[in-house]
Amino acid sequence: MGPLVPNIISNEFNLIVALIAGIGFGFTLEQAGFSSTKKLVGLFYGYDFTVLKVFFTAGITAMIGVLLFGQMGILDLSLIYINPTFLWSALVGGAIMGLGFIIGGFCPGTSVCAASIGKLDGLAFVFGSGLGVLAFAQGYPMFEKIYLAEAWGPVLINEKLGMSKIVFGFLLTAIAFIAFFLTRLIEKKVNNDQSKLPKRRVYGYLSAVGFAFAVLIIIAIMPDRYSRLESRINHALAHSDLTTVEVPADKLATEIVNNYYRINIIDVRSPEAFKAYHLPFAINIPFDKMSDRQWKTILDQKHKTNYFYADDQQLAKKGYLKAEFLGKAENYILIESSSDFKNLFSNLTPPDSNASKNELNTYNFRQKAATDMKMLVEALKNSTEPVIVKTSKIKGGC
Amino acid sequence: MKPNKYMNPYLAGFLLGLVLLGTIYVTGRGLGASGAIKSVVVTSVVEVAPQHSANTPFIKSYHEEHPGGPLKDWLVWEVVGVVIGAFFSGVISNRVGIKLERGPNITNSTRIIAAIIGGALFGLGSQLGRGCTSGAALSGMAVMSFGGIITMIAIFGSGYAFAYFFRKLWLK
Repeated sequence: MGPLVPNIISNEFNLIVALIAGIGFGFTLEQAGFSSTKKLVGLFYGYDFTVLKVFFTAGITAMIGVLLFGQMGILDLSLIYINPTFLWSALVGGAIMGLGFIIGGFCPGTSVCAASIGKLDGLAFVFGSGLGVLAFAQGYPMFEKIYLAEAWGPVLINEKLGMSKIVFGFLLTAIAFIAFFLTRLIEKKVNNDQSKLPKRRVYGYLSAVGFAFAVLIIIAIMPDRYSRLESRINHALAHSDLTTVEVPADKLATEIVNNYYRINIIDVRSPEAFKAYHLPFAINIPFDKMSDRQWKTILDQKHKTNYFYADDQQLAKKGYLKAEFLGKAENYILIESSSDFKNLFSNLTPPDSNASKNELNTYNFRQKAATDMKMLVEALKNSTEPVIVKTSKIKGGC
Repeated sequence: MKPNKYMNPYLAGFLLGLVLLGTIYVTGRGLGASGAIKSVVVTSVVEVAPQHSANTPFIKSYHEEHPGGPLKDWLVWEVVGVVIGAFFSGVISNRVGIKLERGPNITNSTRIIAAIIGGALFGLGSQLGRGCTSGAALSGMAVMSFGGIITMIAIFGSGYAFAYFFRKLWLK
């Protein structure tokens, strides 16, 4: 599941990815005509709306793609970089950039493109940008207040507008197509252009519009990865027989005492319940968090057997099924609840005098297992402290 | 040889969108440009005037947060790619050559001065706005960032607001 950096592609190789992405970026910008300052400023005087067309098409293409990947479950949207909002500095900075755009005729990316094919004005703009950055760095104390004011964090526009992502997707796509249509009218008027689009091109544009909305509709009606997983779990819960993977407490206790290093005991309850009591060596993976990236290794590995438990049997089974669907490890379910396990091993009551031999054996076994487990936990206290897996934060922006 | 025509803008936009989408899928972040300039500028200042940098909080903290310098900076490599990609595109479309593009009523030196001033404003603004047209506006739109989209509105809104006053730079 994406993003592939840093778990699948290393941070070092990421620099090669940057180079490749940049080549694609520079190539398309130049092909679109963004290396020409006259084409760029045409946007502001109405004679050439190439910037709007390219920019908006790229924006909605990527946005629809991100939505689609997110819905399909191949891109984890909670991990991608969202530019944080600092209200005033965004507005003031944007206004200064707009002024720079109309005076200088470029923006940083396009000026690099222009300079690359030998445009001296592009080179001058790049040089100027360096001076601007330097001025900011020098005068930072002066800008600091506005730079840090109204920090809202990585808020999303759809949240601000009180709509779902997909509704905003529809809205922005519709706005883009309306803008394309209107700017064509303006362009024709400003340039005294009487020409008509060839029929084939009109059909081409119409089918592109249709395609964009079709993808959006698919995203809107497609159940996302989590609800698909949920329905698979519920279906399996109702229809499959799990008795073969259910393990009684005594067997698990034996495993703990003899093979603690070959098993994972996974508590799928809430962190609070886990804190109050948990089985020896248990790790806490709350049911809702099981698909988080940090647990992937545990659910995927083939060296250890995973045992799932909870307070209610239903939840333990669901945890087991989720692990089966998400990973490749060998999984089992503890029949008893955590409180039953506690009663069996911690609050042992000696059998009365006329107990059968069997009962006596069980008592002896549990008593020994309980002491052994206690000893093991004590002895391995430091090495079995749960390892806190940190998911690295992706940095982005300029 | 005559330069080839530019690509259809919608097709170019679609391709650019795919590049951006691919970048987000692989790296979890969007494209950018001004950050690369920042990395180079800050490192140069540190190299040229270490004493001064140590006393300038912004440069000091940026330098500490990016210990690898430009050679370990994602955006620097990306911009190196932009140079290669744009040059390649220019070569196949016959657009490479030393040139200076300007409005019909201004001299070459006015154009260069305007480009430097414009660049300086853009460079400054991109620091305040935490990204430029690519890093904040375009990449922000793709991930529906509120900050990115208002930065975009501010850039283009202000461009239109000031366009009238600078029409002599561009129009007849």
